[in-house]
Amino acid sequence: MLIELSRPLPYGPFMDHGNYTNDYIRGILQSVKTIALVGASSNPARPSWIVMKYLIERGYDVIPINPGLAGGELLGKPVYASLADVPHPIDMVEIFRNSEAAGPITDEALTLEPLPKVIWMQLSVRNDEAAARAEAKGVKVVMDRCPKIEFGRLSGEISWQGVNSRMLSAKKPVLAGKGFQKLSLNRPR
Amino acid sequence: MTDRLPGFDTLAIHAGAAPDAATGARATPIYQTTSFVFDDVDHAASLFGLQAFGNIYSRIGNPTCAVLEERVAALEGGTAALAVASGHAAEFLVFHTLLQPGDEFVAAKKLYGGSINQFNHAYKNFGWNVVWADPDDPATFEAAITPKTKAIFVESIANPGGVIVDLKAIAAIAKKHRIPFIVDNTMASPYLIRPFEHGADIIVHSATKFLGGHGNSIGGLIVDGGSFNFAGDDRYPALSKPRPEYGGMVLGETFGNFGFAIACRVLGLRDLGPALSPFNAFLILNGIETLPLRMQRHSDNALAVAEHLASHDKVSWVSYPGLRSDRYHNLAKQYCPKGAGAVFTFGLSGGYEAGVKLVSNLKLFSHLANIGDTRSLVIHPASTTHRQLTDDQKVQAGAGPEVVRLSIGLEDKDDLIDDLNNALDAA
Repeated sequence: MLIELSRPLPYGPFMDHGNYTNDYIRGILQSVKTIALVGASSNPARPSWIVMKYLIERGYDVIPINPGLAGGELLGKPVYASLADVPHPIDMVEIFRNSEAAGPITDEALTLEPLPKVIWMQLSVRNDEAAARAEAKGVKVVMDRCPKIEFGRLSGEISWQGVNSRMLSAKKPVLAGKGFQKLSLNRPR
Repeated sequence: MTDRLPGFDTLAIHAGAAPDAATGARATPIYQTTSFVFDDVDHAASLFGLQAFGNIYSRIGNPTCAVLEERVAALEGGTAALAVASGHAAEFLVFHTLLQPGDEFVAAKKLYGGSINQFNHAYKNFGWNVVWADPDDPATFEAAITPKTKAIFVESIANPGGVIVDLKAIAAIAKKHRIPFIVDNTMASPYLIRPFEHGADIIVHSATKFLGGHGNSIGGLIVDGGSFNFAGDDRYPALSKPRPEYGGMVLGETFGNFGFAIACRVLGLRDLGPALSPFNAFLILNGIETLPLRMQRHSDNALAVAEHLASHDKVSWVSYPGLRSDRYHNLAKQYCPKGAGAVFTFGLSGGYEAGVKLVSNLKLFSHLANIGDTRSLVIHPASTTHRQLTDDQKVQAGAGPEVVRLSIGLEDKDDLIDDLNNALDAA
């Protein structure tokens, strides 16, 4: 049995955005494949570049969005100016902009066909009104979280850095395949 | 399904310690290795660039030490921790991360004698200037703050024993002036007091004492509470300025609420080097598994011994906050209702000579310079741990010439009382 530590979810139609369960986050990270990253950076010291590289290494198809870099490539991926320019379906929109900018970006994402399954706002980014608009259309929302940290926490990788993963388990973590320093989300629970 | 919040005893056994991913080993393996093979060149670059989680070199991180780090972070309710070679090393790396030459910090004057030495001597060489305040009077901390003040430092229960610090009052001052509040929680351990719940921002431990608990390993911990926002704060350039060696990364921004622990690791451990041995980490982890059981027994035994000594005619006073008559009893009820710890001091009517005789007449108590062992320990602070202080400093630190310090172990309390009775009779 895996004992998980976030506080329980209250009953209600919408997500309690202060208290995501581990199952909710894990379910999202296991189900999405294509991630549009709005606010991608070409500077390797920026968190958005680091998160993009990490997600690519974990097998996600990451599409960088940045009007200033559109037409070029970032980490081997073509950069688009806007979500509307991406020529194929997007599973998750990851917003690496401030909380105010997250509103119009969410609205733009909600015009896509097909709709993305998930809108994910980066650590420190939170826009409850935008989240409510997305959830009203059946799109899942995560706010104020980093997908790299969450992946590291749920897989066990982040524990190598002495970070409190808030996860306890008597089951082995699962190696991701290559080498010994990558762990998978497919850990028995 | 809802997520469960495990209790303290469960965390003491399980936090950080999943079975080994490669072998399934259930006890935490001792990774006695200096270095870790990279998966490929790109993986190596990612690790050195702080872009991926993983292990490089045991000075900076080691999987056995990482289990200890996560365990203590979980027990304290922090975001992350860093294991280092000793409690002194923990303090050193914390101040190295926060202070520049010419800066000041305010510290309680009732501290472990070694910390008083460290602050008064070694730190002066770095231009880090301690300003002393009285932990019994929180207003003295506020009065000591200047524009150069970068940190406030106290012990939750102050060595050599008996002082319970009003953490909430001092935390309020630290918060008002936006200064990180550092608490040395060695004497209490998170079983008795969890300083983050009372406003601490950073916790340090000598794991040598109650965490390890068996008197066999020196070690230290830094715990990040994640509560102080260093990003964008020019007073703390290690966290708020781009690091040239990491390609311009801003640590306080990239690592968010565990940035302080990461900075202590990738700047402090990297450059100053006081890494913990994986073997010591293993022994300390084993100790922590029984921390809740031991701390309760330590405290219960200490109260029984203190009560006995308080009624003994050769004892002039006993300073133990667990005693109803003690000046810190109300603070103890507020901050550590389960018990006031194992360590306390008392004075003998016969003064210095009687103290020296008592120490040499004891048979079960070991005369040595440590606390937090399974064994009961005794020392005369004025001639040992606090010897290098001036006479004035000794008295201020609670280590006057007539003072004897006990660290009560896990033996039968009746045997401890009997040993003390016999030694007092002979004194």
